[in-house]
Amino acid sequence: MVELTINNIKVKAEEGMTILDAAKSVGISIPTLCHIKDLIPSGACRICSVEVTGQRGLIPACAYPIYEGMNVETNSPRVRVARKTIVELLIENHPQDCLICVRNGNCELQDLSEKYSIREHRFKGEHKDHAVDISSASLERDPAKCILCGRCVRVCGEVQKVGAIDFINRGFTSIVSTPYNKGLNVSDCILCGQCILVCPTASLREKSTLKTVSDALNSRKKYTIAQIAPAVRATLGEEYNLPLGTDVTGKLVTGLKRLGFKRVFDTNFAADLTIMEEAHELIKRITNGETLPMFTSCCPGWVKFLEQNYGDLIGHLSTCKSPHEMEGALLKSYFAKKMGIDPHDVFVVSIMPCTVKKYESARPELNVENLSEVDAVLTTRELVRFFNIAGIEFGDLGESEFDNPLGESTGAAAIFGTSGGVMEAALRTAYYKLTNEHLADIDFEAVRGLDGIKETSLNINNIDINIAVVNGIGNAAPILDELREGKSKYHFVEVMACPGGCINGGGQPIHQKTDKVIKRMKALYEIDKKMVLRRSYENESIKKLYDEFLGEPGGHVSHELLHTHYVDRRKVRKVVVKK
Amino acid sequence: MHENIFDHYEKKDKSSLIPLLQEVQSIYGYLPEEALSEISEFVGLPLSRVYGVATFYNQFRLTPLGKNVIRICRGTACHVKNSANILYSLEHELGILAGQTTRDKLFTIETVACIGACSIAPVININEEYYGRVTTKEIPKIIKKYRTEAEKSANTEKAAEGVK
Amino acid sequence: MKSFLEIKFNGELHSPENPKEDFIARCTNAKLNAGQESEVVLLNKKLKYEVNEVPIIFIGMDTSALASGAGKVKAAFEKELEAKNLEAVIVPTGGIGFGTLEPFVDIKLPNQDRIIYSQVNEKDVPKLVESVLINKEVYAKKAFATYGKGSDTIPNINDIPFFKPQIRVVLENCGIINPESIDEYIASGGFKALDKALRLMSPEEVVNEIVKSGLRGRGGGGFPTGKKWELALKQNADTKYLVCNADEGDPGAFMDRSVLESDPFKLVEGMMIGAYAIGASYGYIYCRAEYPLAIERLQKTIQQCKQYGLLGKNILNSGFNFELKIKKGAGAFVCGEETALLASIEGKRGMPKPRPPYPSVSGLWGKPTVINNVETFANISSIVNKGAEWFASIGTETSKGTKVFALSGKITNSGLVEVPMGITLEEVVFNIGGGIPDNKKFKAVQIGGPSGGCLPESVIKTQVDYESLKGVGAMMGSGGFVVMDEETCMVDIAKFFLTFIQTESCGKCVPCREGTKRMLEIIERIPTSYKGTKNKVDELQRFKGIIYLNRLSNVIRDTSLCGLGQSAPNPVLSGLQYFKEEYEEHLYERKCRAGVCKDLLTYSIDNTLCSGCGVCVRKCATEAILGEKGQAHYIIQDKCIKCGMCFEACRFDAVAVN
Repeated sequence: MVELTINNIKVKAEEGMTILDAAKSVGISIPTLCHIKDLIPSGACRICSVEVTGQRGLIPACAYPIYEGMNVETNSPRVRVARKTIVELLIENHPQDCLICVRNGNCELQDLSEKYSIREHRFKGEHKDHAVDISSASLERDPAKCILCGRCVRVCGEVQKVGAIDFINRGFTSIVSTPYNKGLNVSDCILCGQCILVCPTASLREKSTLKTVSDALNSRKKYTIAQIAPAVRATLGEEYNLPLGTDVTGKLVTGLKRLGFKRVFDTNFAADLTIMEEAHELIKRITNGETLPMFTSCCPGWVKFLEQNYGDLIGHLSTCKSPHEMEGALLKSYFAKKMGIDPHDVFVVSIMPCTVKKYESARPELNVENLSEVDAVLTTRELVRFFNIAGIEFGDLGESEFDNPLGESTGAAAIFGTSGGVMEAALRTAYYKLTNEHLADIDFEAVRGLDGIKETSLNINNIDINIAVVNGIGNAAPILDELREGKSKYHFVEVMACPGGCINGGGQPIHQKTDKVIKRMKALYEIDKKMVLRRSYENESIKKLYDEFLGEPGGHVSHELLHTHYVDRRKVRKVVVKK
Repeated sequence: MHENIFDHYEKKDKSSLIPLLQEVQSIYGYLPEEALSEISEFVGLPLSRVYGVATFYNQFRLTPLGKNVIRICRGTACHVKNSANILYSLEHELGILAGQTTRDKLFTIETVACIGACSIAPVININEEYYGRVTTKEIPKIIKKYRTEAEKSANTEKAAEGVK
Repeated sequence: MKSFLEIKFNGELHSPENPKEDFIARCTNAKLNAGQESEVVLLNKKLKYEVNEVPIIFIGMDTSALASGAGKVKAAFEKELEAKNLEAVIVPTGGIGFGTLEPFVDIKLPNQDRIIYSQVNEKDVPKLVESVLINKEVYAKKAFATYGKGSDTIPNINDIPFFKPQIRVVLENCGIINPESIDEYIASGGFKALDKALRLMSPEEVVNEIVKSGLRGRGGGGFPTGKKWELALKQNADTKYLVCNADEGDPGAFMDRSVLESDPFKLVEGMMIGAYAIGASYGYIYCRAEYPLAIERLQKTIQQCKQYGLLGKNILNSGFNFELKIKKGAGAFVCGEETALLASIEGKRGMPKPRPPYPSVSGLWGKPTVINNVETFANISSIVNKGAEWFASIGTETSKGTKVFALSGKITNSGLVEVPMGITLEEVVFNIGGGIPDNKKFKAVQIGGPSGGCLPESVIKTQVDYESLKGVGAMMGSGGFVVMDEETCMVDIAKFFLTFIQTESCGKCVPCREGTKRMLEIIERIPTSYKGTKNKVDELQRFKGIIYLNRLSNVIRDTSLCGLGQSAPNPVLSGLQYFKEEYEEHLYERKCRAGVCKDLLTYSIDNTLCSGCGVCVRKCATEAILGEKGQAHYIIQDKCIKCGMCFEACRFDAVAVN
């Protein structure tokens, strides 16, 4: 323990702590911009500058370790002037368009400007001007709004280990960009949107499809259907200041109905369906000695990553489409037929926690008779904006049930939204399929939680099935490299591109509250726990669907509608560097 | 002859990034886009990192250079001896700005922080030749020298082709 | 001539595979070599050029001399010797530092003193050869000094005002020995310090010696070198690194390059001792790629050291291993900053990191790393040889030893000088530097490069040491020493340095990236004419900027991540402190007394002097000059961009500026 003084308060804190954390422990907040918890401090923004007796200049609280007898001032006039000036400098090189900005009201720079009472443009001068990159299907990149805190670069490079963007150029001309400042669509980006979650301004944001959706809702011809991903219900409440991890399923259904959707279905239904198909595929692969390990395919960011970087391994991906695509496929075939609607008129909107889903929905492989299965994807954040435009007071909404038949689901589907969930759900079903027995203890603690790689094995019929759960795409490389070298011991591997899974997806509410991932996870496991039916094969609607329409898992109709194929998208590189 | 430059480097050694860029540039005179991709793969770093490094350092350029590279020293000693005017007259003479290359690809003007020949300030350096204590009046003459040389070699090339 | 490697000591040869711990001692101390005394003595004498059978022509061949034409001089000598069929040896040396009078050629005839000839160009060579080599007479026209006894006509080199006040520790061999010969370095006392350290001292003792000497980093900040080493020595780590910062980036500084080109062995020896002291087994020299000659010489140096078993495994049978590599910098001033330099070696963008952790604890690849600059390392061997007391006896209370400065700008004698700490600025400018040329008035001396300040005549009696310079608003920096006269505009200089900092800022931290840009903009608005200020808002901004300049400077200094940003406001602050009047003149009267700030100048043509030749019309980029051929021309002020091309071009002095 180290004893120090912060603002004349005696503080006891653990050795090795930063000034920032020590101050926090006694209720003193210090503003930060470039700081990301758990990553090595970069010390770039200097907004956390504090005064320490004996030091020549001000020092960054986020990076400086405490020492015995240290005397820190976090609120001296010198510190205040410094912070204010830094905010002024940042604002001066930032477009002055808060009123028309997507992050208006949820912008860290705006907050700082407010906090430090910036009331004039003290230092006028040149400011950077860059075109907005709208090339990708999911993200927009607006370097003019970038304040170069580097959080996106670090999340992309250090956490996700994708490294699609980095600082380029130097000094005043530096920007965060892709190589050659090309579009994100031709970069290494997998569109996971983790960068959006850490961006303090609107420099990185989703590509909005609100207009498309609203046009469809206004069209008389279109039969609009919404489906909600498992993870959205556990996070949307945060935008209305509900506590982290509040389940708002019922209100969501009501809200979507009020927006004018004719039907509101649950993607969880398709999640159960995915499990049926995926478990079948896994069993088939194991018993027939086909390509193993099998990789889950419900995360399109992961699929994109594999196609771009390990295109030689796409045979390992499960051919199952992701749940919302399955749902879309059924809506445009089974449901449309049943209701007597022309599939061309069915307009499917997925409410997703994810930005890559926007890209996924546009993949040409994912179609039903040349109709895209999902017509538009809205992120959690976009839906909130939609509610606001429509004047829907979310907090006051009553609860409604999902429509059926494509609305019923089990607890296994609910946990799809968290890392390890798909694996757990699949095992519950696979066990039954192989043994015809219900698995007694269905809580697989080993695959839950926030570890980067979670491993366990399950003995089914005297076969040890080795499984791994990769939490965050940044942890995938070791397992993939091992596989390439032919050393993989696994049978089944789940990969979710976003750390924590979909509950921390790139389309989720933006705020830097700690523990958000844990609390959201907990919400999904609660939903699962409360369910009577917790195994996908127990879903009555699914049984009915197979009886009426699909036949059997992996059967002909399933194969046509619910399975897909992948493309090796590795760059072909010429050998040019010769002497 | 076609000795692969990667042979001298260890794969996935991140610290060889800058030396590799330097070597590639010394061959091509600039960093071609394909070369960056290849280096990125060799050292095991994302292309964005490689590009970030290439755009960080003054030495690296992403476009080809002119035949004659004029480096004008903008160090302090040269500045107090009016190198700003030398630069201006160079720019004026060639019709390009510092950092640019003439359309005929004959000249590139570059500014450098300090050549280190402060005793003979102001200094310009064309290819490997130094010109010390230059005045704006001398600039046209110096440029002309390189122009005629280029014309001569172009003519002899043409003549040689004619013989063929 | 034999090399030391070929001499058998007690019947045995020294080699990297069969290292002899007393190799260095026996090279120079003939008594240790029974039966070989005379051979060793003679070899030493020859290597030190004390005896020679044929004339030796020494030509200073560092970059500075090459830029002045030393290469052509050498070629001329070769041609001339062949044509006249004369026998002589040409030895390329480094530079003695007197840049103004380069190229230097020394000629030593057998049994005579080594005479220095200055400003020798290729046309002088035939006469020089005829006079000295054929007629055996001193060529008085170009004779500059002698290394022997001075006379009225040819003084001893140390009696020349440029050299007299200097104490040469770092530069002792520069311009005297052949920088590419390890034998010459050994003969002139090289590697004795390494030998002493390895055989007689423990690492702790070496570190203590450096601590006691009071040596401080010569790269800018002036951090005590011994303390840095001590911290690194204390670290328990399997690998430690030693890095030499040879990325000299200050515009107007070339001290390090001179050492690298003229005496690279001294640097390498210093590094070896440092590595031994802290327990490092790997070293890097991070050298600017813009110094190709320095890199070439370093490569040769490392090559020879390996050949002599002075780099590699089990050096001089001491069990000490040290490998040295060169890393070429790719051109970023900010890489002078320790953490940025390390990032660059690791193959990253050269962006600094917050400290702590200090590199001595966690540096290159997370291992303890000591970084010193070239001049610091070049001091080490002398300290070990002559002892900490000797070193501490030079200089002032807090700043010990000597400092090398690159004297340039508006000064008669420019070049490299090494002076004891504590010498006054005045002495450097007027005694060593010979004052201001062309009868102009001294205005300021800029010391410390972009991080330093401009010091006026009122503080010219300031002593050169870390604290005194800081006290008057400059800093030691790496050793740029640029003299300015009345024709230098202080606002323009501030603008120049800020532009430099602005383009060299890495862009990581906000105060440096954004703040220096705004500062530059504020300074740029000062020397604008009424015409140049576009509207009322701009006009307001011009004054508003000045009001907040101090506040901005303080914040940049207080909050920047690294030294580059923290010291960026110095040129402006020292300018405001000492040349306030000049700033105000620009601001209120829109007048530049030095005639530098273009926007404030007006060009006009004196119609009585103009012959109407039309040269200026052709030179004018904006077609601002009109006039019939043969008739007086005139300038349309609205079109004039004040480039000054007409002024330069006019052969009749008809263009006037005010």
